[in-house]
Amino acid sequence: MIILDLLICLVLVASAVVAMNVRNLVSAAVLVGVVSLLVSYLFLRMGAPDVAMTEAAIGAGLSTVIFLIAIRRTEEEEQG
Amino acid sequence: MKQIFAIILLLIMGWFLLGLVPLGQPTEPGVVAQHYISQGVQENRGANLVTSVIVNYRGFDTLGEVTVLFLSVAGAGFVLRRREGIERRVNRPSSEILQTGARMLFAPIVIFGAYIFVHGHLSPGGGFQGGAVVASAVMLLLLADRGHHLPHGFMHWLESMVGFTYVMVGLAGLVIAGSFLSNQGVLPLGTWNRLFSGGVIPIIYTLVGLKVGTELSSLLDTMIDTGRPDHADNSEGGTS
Repeated sequence: MIILDLLICLVLVASAVVAMNVRNLVSAAVLVGVVSLLVSYLFLRMGAPDVAMTEAAIGAGLSTVIFLIAIRRTEEEEQG
Repeated sequence: MKQIFAIILLLIMGWFLLGLVPLGQPTEPGVVAQHYISQGVQENRGANLVTSVIVNYRGFDTLGEVTVLFLSVAGAGFVLRRREGIERRVNRPSSEILQTGARMLFAPIVIFGAYIFVHGHLSPGGGFQGGAVVASAVMLLLLADRGHHLPHGFMHWLESMVGFTYVMVGLAGLVIAGSFLSNQGVLPLGTWNRLFSGGVIPIIYTLVGLKVGTELSSLLDTMIDTGRPDHADNSEGGTS
């Protein structure tokens, strides 16, 4: 179980770093959602189901969609 | 030179963060936390101690959080306000399967969200989580069926009434028990681990759930509904 946790931490950090560096903003928004989802799993593992639910519903669900809508309203690619 | 400056800055920040390391070690809870753990169930009859803390002991903070959310939604509504004369751009209507599926899923998701915030004092979850689930159901409907309109007048009315009732419940605690949002003596506490227990806690969490749900739904509706910025409208021209 601890190996799975460590693996999830590794994927989490990797997604966060890639989200900062990737050029396509849609991919960045989706990766931020992935980070939120993995963080919510870690919250659940640490015995905080309330926080995990909030993180999954708001962080992974709603804010990702709000980012995607905002990106569609503006431009797809980062400028400069 | 710039890099050396950045490294020095990072080292200083790291030195400050070192002080946080002992906070991560498991220690005995402090006096206040000890009181919540030992007396929380006695005082509030809530099976979920987290909810007792959020809604009762820290109820004033929750009122502040709801206000912050309201302010941010109001700010977004102000910045992205609907301009007269710009019709909503419907690029391509969604397929029949998507629309029907979204309509079928809408009611179960809303009921699940309501279940989460009504049972906030019994099981994990509560007003914020349930409200977000309700808003995600509305989001599904709005994204699948682009012609869908939310009843804005009703939602604003509901949101205002819910906020007003929250403050009224708090004032009832002030009048009856002598402190704002108090849970003692306002309503009967009931039996532990029943739906109708915990005094005002389930009422406040239902109010918070309704408020968060309506606020996030109107935020999503505002964001989906507003036209593109002016320059994009000029360059792309026609709507279908």
